[in-house]
Amino acid sequence: MRKRAVIVANDLSIGYHSGKKKTLVHSDINLTLYTGELTSLLGANGTGKSTLLRTLSGSQPALSGRLLLNDKPVSSFSEKEKSKSIGVVLTDKTRAGGLTVYELVALGRQPHTGFFGRLRKKDHKIIKEALDWVGIRHKASSYTAELSDGERQKVMIAKALVQECPLIILDEPTAFLDAVSRIEIMTMLHKLAAEQNKAILLSTHDIEQALVLSDRLWLLSKENGLESGVTEDIISSKKMERLFPNDKIKFDYDHGVYYPLVQSERKINVICDDRTTLHWVINAFNRNGYACIINEDKNDFPLLIINKSRDYSLISKGDNQNFTTFEELLDYITAQE
Amino acid sequence: MGYKGLKYCLLLSLLIIILVAANLLFGSVKIPADAVWNILCGNEVEKSSWTYIVWESRFPQAITAMLCGASLAACGLMLQTVFNNPLAGPSILGINSGASLGVALVMLTGGAAISSLSFTLSSFFSILLGAFVGSMAVMLLILFFSTLIKSNIMLLITGIMIGYITSSAISLLNFFATAEGVHSYMIWGMGNFGGVSLTQLPYFTAICLFGLFITILMIKPLNALLLGSRYAENLGINIKRTRNILLIATGILAAVTTAFCGPISFIGLAVPHISRLMLGTSNHNSLMPVTILTGSVIALICNIICILPGEWGVIPLNAVTPIIGAPIIIYVIINQRRIQYFN
Repeated sequence: MRKRAVIVANDLSIGYHSGKKKTLVHSDINLTLYTGELTSLLGANGTGKSTLLRTLSGSQPALSGRLLLNDKPVSSFSEKEKSKSIGVVLTDKTRAGGLTVYELVALGRQPHTGFFGRLRKKDHKIIKEALDWVGIRHKASSYTAELSDGERQKVMIAKALVQECPLIILDEPTAFLDAVSRIEIMTMLHKLAAEQNKAILLSTHDIEQALVLSDRLWLLSKENGLESGVTEDIISSKKMERLFPNDKIKFDYDHGVYYPLVQSERKINVICDDRTTLHWVINAFNRNGYACIINEDKNDFPLLIINKSRDYSLISKGDNQNFTTFEELLDYITAQE
Repeated sequence: MGYKGLKYCLLLSLLIIILVAANLLFGSVKIPADAVWNILCGNEVEKSSWTYIVWESRFPQAITAMLCGASLAACGLMLQTVFNNPLAGPSILGINSGASLGVALVMLTGGAAISSLSFTLSSFFSILLGAFVGSMAVMLLILFFSTLIKSNIMLLITGIMIGYITSSAISLLNFFATAEGVHSYMIWGMGNFGGVSLTQLPYFTAICLFGLFITILMIKPLNALLLGSRYAENLGINIKRTRNILLIATGILAAVTTAFCGPISFIGLAVPHISRLMLGTSNHNSLMPVTILTGSVIALICNIICILPGEWGVIPLNAVTPIIGAPIIIYVIINQRRIQYFN
């Protein structure tokens, strides 16, 4: 399948009109959103992620610049045309607890149905396919109020699916979900992009999952505006640091996570061959205010040698101590102070 | 509409026919059933006063109760969906009290002209006009605030505040009015389905049916609004226009019923809940018709309860409706978790 640009923006300025006052949130945004790709929008709170999503979905006008949806200006779309081009999944609380899953997903057919919203045979077929696709068909006749948060999110995705839009925009679809549901939803969205050739754009704070499953990342920050690129290109050009310009936070390029930077006078030498154990040793000492010096022993700081799991020996001022758990080790170290 | 909705519609329609018949048969004057039948068929009966009672009092009263209940219930359902709030209703949003203020202005400032309880036609139309202007003024005020206030709950509270202001204006008018004016306003305020005469009935019916017709046309956007305004917008609904049409339809229905029958409480608030509990759905495809029909049924039942004392007189309508309405609202609030229709 060839990828196609669904949304193209040039020199876009986003923000709010309130009366005569203009509040500019971002300017000079250039971006392209492709079909067949899952794009994740990352950024700190208050950087304007939601404003950008609302502008792209056409529910809020851009302040200036060019914004094309399927090669036509977004502002030229009627409400009905827009509803057939962009499906959204929001964080808004709905009051649809009294509708069954089937009825709620059926609402997604409204742009395609007539004045009274009667569903035809074709509509029922599309609804059932979407329910199968998100794996919620068995709950079709349950009230949406009875669903878990993860299931409800699947239902809203199915609603966006039956709108039959080339583009689906999701505002923090994995917020409030447990780890299993988060991975499930993200995997499903990636599959949706790849198999149905849809353009999927989502905002998220779940950076771990975003790095695993996004084809493209959009980094939004006050300082650098919007930076876009294929996930691994963003990583290899060391741009993740710029997402949170803060000298207390570092990005761990090995593990794809952010961590608090330790600036400590207290240091410890660590010698360890196993990478996994080493990672958790550093984790433990960082948390307790120690910086670790890895695999070198040319100073006066204490030395921790890890022979194998559950066998830790600490050499400090000629004194040699052996431990089998981190609890004993950390208790000893903190007692020394 | 599903099978269940259709079943309830048929059942409720049957119930309405039975209740209308009961309303024609019973009243403060005893009229035998066969005489009522003869009167309705246009035949002569032994007492000409019976013909007058059935045609001039009982028949318009039954039809008025039926339409009034339907209109108020439809109003309540629309407002509850538009404002995303189970406690919204024409009386809470200040629409009823707006109409009341209009009526109070007409009755109390021109109070001397209305000397008895039976209004002349011209005074009647001025009361109708007062109610219309009053409720529309509140509607416009709420529409204006809705452009400033995005949150539905805040808008609801604004509506309640407007209601308080109109109530205090009414109190002030009462303070300065004549004793006669206050008395007739008080009687009107008690609510009464008997306020529409046979000659006025066609106008009343036409306005109610017009409002109900708009309501039926808005079923699709009402369903979309269950997801909240931003989702509804994404489904191709023009939020501003839809909200305005719904509020205007509500205004028309609330104004016409309040003008003719007084500020009737609780029917608009409680009937949508009764219908939801019966049907077990908030899908307007079946909920809207069932709510309209249930409104008629409840209003007709209330009317029968009002005339229960027979020759002893008539119980004020607003003494009956809260007895039916308030327990249902309390039930819904207590069982909020179990009754999931607003979760």
